[in-house]
Amino acid sequence: MSDRTAAGGAPRPWSPARLLARFGTVIALVLLLIFNFAVTPNFATWQTLNVNLTQVCTIVIVAVGMTLVIATGGIDLSVGSLMAISGAIAPMIFMGKIVQIGNIYAAVTLAILAGIVATTLLGAFNGWLIARFRIQPIVATLVLFIAGRGIAQVMTNGNLQVFRVPEFQVIGLGRIAGLPVQVIVMLVIVAIATWVLRRTNFGRSVLAIGGNERAARLSGIATDRIKIAVYAISGLLAGFAGLVVIAINSAADANLVGLGMELDAIAAVAVGGTLLLGGRATILGTLAGALTIQLVRYTLLANGVPDAAALVVKAAIIILAVWVQERGRTA
Amino acid sequence: MPAPLLTMHGIAKTFGGITALADASIEVAPAEVHALIGQNGAGKSTLIKVLTGYHRKTSGTVTFHGRPFEVASPRAAQEAGISTIYQEINLVPQRSVAENICLGREARRFGLLDWPAMRAEAQRLLARFNLRVDVDRALSHYSTATQQMIAIARAIGFSAELVIMDEPTSSLDDREAQTLFEVIRGLRADGVSVLFVSHRLDELYEVCDRVTIMRDGRTVKVARMAEITRLELVSTMLGRDVERDHGKATGFQAAARAPGAVLLKAEHLCDDRFVRDVSLSVAEGEIVGLAGLLGSGRSETARLIFGDAALQGGRMVVDGKPFAPSEPSDAIRAGMGFCTEDRKVEGIVPDMSVADNMMLALRPAFGRSGIVDDARQTEIVERFIRQLGIKCTGPGQKIRELSGGNQQKVLLARWLAMSPRLLILDEPTRGIDVGAKDEIQRLIRSLADEGLAVLMISSELEEVVEGADRVFVLREGLGVADISHDALTEDAVLSAMAEGPHV
Repeated sequence: MSDRTAAGGAPRPWSPARLLARFGTVIALVLLLIFNFAVTPNFATWQTLNVNLTQVCTIVIVAVGMTLVIATGGIDLSVGSLMAISGAIAPMIFMGKIVQIGNIYAAVTLAILAGIVATTLLGAFNGWLIARFRIQPIVATLVLFIAGRGIAQVMTNGNLQVFRVPEFQVIGLGRIAGLPVQVIVMLVIVAIATWVLRRTNFGRSVLAIGGNERAARLSGIATDRIKIAVYAISGLLAGFAGLVVIAINSAADANLVGLGMELDAIAAVAVGGTLLLGGRATILGTLAGALTIQLVRYTLLANGVPDAAALVVKAAIIILAVWVQERGRTA
Repeated sequence: MPAPLLTMHGIAKTFGGITALADASIEVAPAEVHALIGQNGAGKSTLIKVLTGYHRKTSGTVTFHGRPFEVASPRAAQEAGISTIYQEINLVPQRSVAENICLGREARRFGLLDWPAMRAEAQRLLARFNLRVDVDRALSHYSTATQQMIAIARAIGFSAELVIMDEPTSSLDDREAQTLFEVIRGLRADGVSVLFVSHRLDELYEVCDRVTIMRDGRTVKVARMAEITRLELVSTMLGRDVERDHGKATGFQAAARAPGAVLLKAEHLCDDRFVRDVSLSVAEGEIVGLAGLLGSGRSETARLIFGDAALQGGRMVVDGKPFAPSEPSDAIRAGMGFCTEDRKVEGIVPDMSVADNMMLALRPAFGRSGIVDDARQTEIVERFIRQLGIKCTGPGQKIRELSGGNQQKVLLARWLAMSPRLLILDEPTRGIDVGAKDEIQRLIRSLADEGLAVLMISSELEEVVEGADRVFVLREGLGVADISHDALTEDAVLSAMAEGPHV
């Protein structure tokens, strides 16, 4: 799960603490599943699987970008606001508020592209602030965290955009072989990101920057360009996630799309075992982290515990995960 | 001889089946400066950590002041009169000197901080070390060396009876080291004992009374410094007769051939801060030494050449073509490599494997598709592990688990994998045990004999004098001497460093 080098080599002796740190999230996930199969009524159904996957999907997509950002030692607080921006732009285009486009497929394609390109550029802007002016990532992305949602509201005059456009909403409501389209997209994104991080020079450079930026720069790695790229990717994925959210809701509300998403994504990354200081990251861990948080929430709700209490449990899981990792690191 | 202050006898320590200490002993007399030496992995640090309560010993006895001694933490050790000073400075740069000195033991009055009392205590303490600093200024205002002296003052305080110094001079230049030795002599005069760990033999002879030599977790020899020769010291530490075909103190041998064409020519380099006017040239197959005291602009000159700092004046020519790097990657494309002086901060990526660390510089050029080519990577990495004799469990081992010497070899391999034409080495053997040092020096020479141009910065005079074919000496940012091989002696370099003519 964690990114060991492909070159192999003799593994170190495993201590229980280290095993727990590395596979703790997966173990927790399996235990949760077993518990639910035994206790929760109607758990082993397609319905349950789809509900959970659909709900977790946007978090995972955003968290993949967040994992890359955190791997460089940064953080991206703007993802929720970027979701609102792409969610505001796309309907304006396919509903013909800006220009009338006759062919609905052309309009939807253009709408999706416009939303994603806009958030990718805004992500690159985050990266540019961080790389060019050496602004701390938490501050640099705070700019769009605050301004981004405002921009989305201004664009829509604060109005709810309601629509019924099946050609667009296929990304949130469609199914292929029984699986929701966005779940398939999510799995593809996870697979690509895992491969990029492990097997490409770009991915290794991302980890090198997080592990020791000075050493990376002195080794000739274009640290500035890679940082900008990483924030742009985070923006791109957030933009797509925003589109999925409005497709599911048949409506875009700039006040609500992606609200609090930055924290959900960071939580998934942290629970998944990625080092928040950078230099060590695992995409599959992030997937497991997001699934664990989701499943805990579902388990509690399905067994009659109110959502407010579920939030407390979520916080407890984060603390537990970080504690286990710390022990594994020092063991 | 008076009763010893500290006696550690038959100390053993195992970590989950791995023996770190087998039978280590040490005895420190009151008011004695005692050297503790050994190669990396000999058990020096473990022994110290057992004493200071960081580790718990498996067996053996420790007596301090004639009474059995065992503490649970370094803090408890400090309260019992044993202070430890580490290589790194662990202070808060943004806060004032007085605050730093009183950190964790603040004077209070009516539950509030008593600033006048703390300032007075800080001043009294620093006066003991002949340090004249304004205690209200931020710590970061002062040089690294001064900060280190402040850290030492803080650690020793007024109550220490035994002070352990673990390579305290590694970030000091000669003059600052002299100040530290004054402090050590002052402590000895006050009846305080010092346990001094260092890789620099000169220092041991300068300041220590006796030496304990460790090897493979055992104490192998205790001797008075005045009665042991350097060669005996080194061969005892290594546990073999040092193979030297040239009665020299370093592993460098004479050049096998004359230098080739001039590769790099730098004229009147200037960065408006540390480097004011430096000119030098390096030819193929030549090792050029860059000498000077700390702060003379040696490392800064190297950074200008490598494109890590912006050139404010002067020009450079590589292969007869103008060369003006704005990024390290420009210098790398021109065939340069740069091993920095600070391995931990600027060299290794600690959480990455040996293989990933070695491939770091090659990566941008390696595999145009951007996809890691495992087979080729493994082949390259394994070849260098073999060639340089890097001791690791395999290419996948994390680099932070390696010893300093082996880390340095990985970093050398990082550049050698690029087949560079010019290698800039800033303190290539700092903090490395004697055996690995020798190997690295031999390696540098053999690379030069194959045609590599080397620009080597070193604070160790013998390394520069014996290793280099030619030496440029810097003083306060100015190039003050260009000493060719025939005229190259320690005296020539020293006098240029100290009083060379202004250019």
